Amino acid sequence: MADDIINLPKRKKLVVIGNGMAPGRMLEALFKQTPSIYDVTIFNAEPRVNYDRILLSLVLSGEKSYADIVIHDDAWYAEHDITLYKGRKVTAIDRNAKRVMAEGGISAAYDTLVIAMGSSPVTLPVPGANLGGVLAYRDLDDVNNMLAAAEKGGRAVVIGGGLLGLEAAAGLQSRGMQVTIVHLGPTLMERQLDMAAGHLLRKSIEARGIAVRTEAQTQALLESNGHVRAVQLADGTELPADLVVMAVGIRPNAKLAEAAGLEVNRGIVVNDRLSTTDPNIFALGECAEHRKTCYGLVAPLYEMAKVLAGNLTGKEDTYQGSVTATKLKVTGIDLFSAGDFTDSEEREEIVLRDGARSLYRRLVLEDGRVVGAVMYGDTSDSAWFFELIKNGTDIDDIRETLIFGPNYARGAPQDPTAAVAALPDEAEICGCNGVCKRSILESIAAHGIADVDGVRKHTKASASCGSCTGLVEQLLKLELGETFNPAAVAPMCGCTALGHDDVRRLILARELKTIPDVMQALEWTTSCGCAKCRPALNYYLLAAWPGEYTDDPQSRFINERAHANIQKNGTYSVVPRMWGGITNAKELHAIADVVEKFNIPTVKVTGGQRIDLLGVKKEDLPAVWADLSAVGLVSGHAYGKALRTVKTCVGTDWCRFGTQDSTGLGIRIERFMWGSWTPAKVKMAVSGCPRNCAEATCKDVGIVCIDSGYEIHFAGAAGMDIKGTEVLGHAKSEQETLEIVVALVQLYREQGHYLERMYKWARRVGVDTIRNLVLEDENRRADLFERFVYSQKFSQHDPWSERAKGAEAHEFRPIADVSNLQAAE
Amino acid sequence: MKEDQDWVDVGTIEDVPPRGARLIKAPQGPVALFRTADDVLFALDDRCPHRGGPLSQGIVHGHCVTCPLHNLVINLETGNTQQPEDGRVSSYKVEQRDGRILLNLRALPHEDIA
Repeated sequence: MADDIINLPKRKKLVVIGNGMAPGRMLEALFKQTPSIYDVTIFNAEPRVNYDRILLSLVLSGEKSYADIVIHDDAWYAEHDITLYKGRKVTAIDRNAKRVMAEGGISAAYDTLVIAMGSSPVTLPVPGANLGGVLAYRDLDDVNNMLAAAEKGGRAVVIGGGLLGLEAAAGLQSRGMQVTIVHLGPTLMERQLDMAAGHLLRKSIEARGIAVRTEAQTQALLESNGHVRAVQLADGTELPADLVVMAVGIRPNAKLAEAAGLEVNRGIVVNDRLSTTDPNIFALGECAEHRKTCYGLVAPLYEMAKVLAGNLTGKEDTYQGSVTATKLKVTGIDLFSAGDFTDSEEREEIVLRDGARSLYRRLVLEDGRVVGAVMYGDTSDSAWFFELIKNGTDIDDIRETLIFGPNYARGAPQDPTAAVAALPDEAEICGCNGVCKRSILESIAAHGIADVDGVRKHTKASASCGSCTGLVEQLLKLELGETFNPAAVAPMCGCTALGHDDVRRLILARELKTIPDVMQALEWTTSCGCAKCRPALNYYLLAAWPGEYTDDPQSRFINERAHANIQKNGTYSVVPRMWGGITNAKELHAIADVVEKFNIPTVKVTGGQRIDLLGVKKEDLPAVWADLSAVGLVSGHAYGKALRTVKTCVGTDWCRFGTQDSTGLGIRIERFMWGSWTPAKVKMAVSGCPRNCAEATCKDVGIVCIDSGYEIHFAGAAGMDIKGTEVLGHAKSEQETLEIVVALVQLYREQGHYLERMYKWARRVGVDTIRNLVLEDENRRADLFERFVYSQKFSQHDPWSERAKGAEAHEFRPIADVSNLQAAE
Repeated sequence: MKEDQDWVDVGTIEDVPPRGARLIKAPQGPVALFRTADDVLFALDDRCPHRGGPLSQGIVHGHCVTCPLHNLVINLETGNTQQPEDGRVSSYKVEQRDGRILLNLRALPHEDIA
């Protein structure tokens, strides 16, 4: 056997200090090129794997969970034989011994060392900066601390009106806090934006309900019992604050390198090969200083990562510095800036301004080339301008129409894909992940990609901040023509361009409380909607404003308007509720009597453990219901986008295998939740043991009882799609189970698209995200539970007995009977 | 006059919900009486040309109704179906006089319809 061993050259030891996005990208590129020349050890001061910091703002706003933003999971490190020390801070570098020392007595020898320690948030040197409730915005711990603080509500002051400060402010505001931004400069984001764009940005930020104070210098943070209570400005103003977030800048982490005797300026000084003054040590990312510049955006860091990976495999790659571009992705605010746009003698500018539409574009020219661009309101051409800047393209020939973008500059027709068609193959589409136009087009062709998700999966383009999604869609359209259907922006129906999420969000944000209000405010293109959007809007309003919104029967599908299921011949079916599938002699007598009295042709037992009376004439419905109500039978909502049935097995009552009272729990859940309207039907089941006789594992929500408690499942399907459930988690008691199930359904009620079944919602939102919100975040769960309970106050009325007593009588009676008149000739 | 005999009183506009319909039991079968958002009344046979669905039970939007069985959209002004465009529902003249709705039981010939 020993003969089989090939003599491999001894692998070199590569040690990386830092585990952020830049070294992660560097290692990915390294492993792609030569899988085996390095043994890699990583020291990470944070106790976790590599995740996407750009997306922290989405974790803050609740749109993603930590699991969603992980770039490399534990399996990736294992797969590449990387030794990863999580939560181990490196304390010293011994250059003579070529060894790094970390906390806990760990050390590692290196042949090559990469320092990628990133940067730290700057703390303002003002009194009170260390008080409780004062946070930075840098890593997941900061975000978690901010979320915990936001749970309590109240006021937040964000110090710093740059990219991070604005994202933090928007996130906290969406979490329900009252937010003020305090900014030292005269306009927001003044490093990336000129005055005019800064002003437009301020207007948009203020329109979202966030207060902005510019030229405001923070003098002190005032205390109450060790916790911050206010921010004091230099002019004496006190801004009350329960939470203060400092986002005033970052400082490269260079102290360790300095202590090791490497040349350090603001950051660790590197040459074009990204080597420090010690040729065995490289620096990468935010901690590095290249040609007197430290970068804080991800695109240049990724460029460095690529160069360094090349160097480590023996190539002579050099880094020439990056032209950086900035995009702020806060919903509803579209801005872009790139290059240098300070005024000077040699420079000229071209400006396009449309105040009414909040549109602004400014190009700064020098020597017949574009050196800077600022765009606000419409950034669709930004990639084209960015290319002009990066390539130093001579624009004299197209100068007259330059400001209008590529459609005009090249005399091309005004096709939305023309802009992207005009881009050279090397044009960078995704700045976050450094993906160019050619690689996207090649991937589309090679993998038969048909949608943005496919592009994300195969190229990573648009997978990080998402601001290039529009460009990726245009590339898809360019490549696939009309067959491309951008599902990501699918409108609700033909009456609007807005998707379901936007409509739901705007109903809340703009406090729209009637269907005509929604149609007016959101500029519906039809006078009163259509059969698709009206029921959806009726549900969204009902879910958004319980107790306030008056249900619109004319916007309900006939089944929900008549509270029975229409059949192929225009008759109806009637399904009384049988709690947990349990019935008794009195109910069965009443059902039998009704069947005889009204000549109901078919009686059938349903899959959800109910009895279905089919073929009831519409006029008879109120009388049928009156007889059923007399023995306490209520509507089973078998006709509704609502809680349908909770199926149970007989559990510990009768079954020799039962571990818990599954029947009792099923009845309890059904009694608690009946009458609630949901985006689509919700079917549940409770099984008393893992033999699962109630078939709980293909339901929207299923509970499987076990000796130690209750396993909660959700997102199953057994219709056109067949899908086993996902396990949401485990509960110890019936009460805890009920709370989790209720919170889950309420989250679905608040997020689901109309007619989107729970499993589709879960697929769209992510099972982990849902689990975080309803299982792990107990405060969030309690809030969801409370909102469900509140809305139930207005929905638990039996529609059948109300109608049996005469409500909505017109629905069930003809307006006139003239049938005995002579038929017209 | 012969024509006057064809008109029957079926009720008042308040009896019909806006963006809704009521059923009239007529000698030739059920007729659906629609009231649109802009208070225009239409009367059509209560029978979808596709599979006979009761149009009076559909959702009324603009001057259209969507059949409750399979979502065919029928133009109330013409009685024609949209997509496929070859279906047609018979319609009837409706008028309001002195606060009452009058229905003409004689089905309109197709070409009379605007």
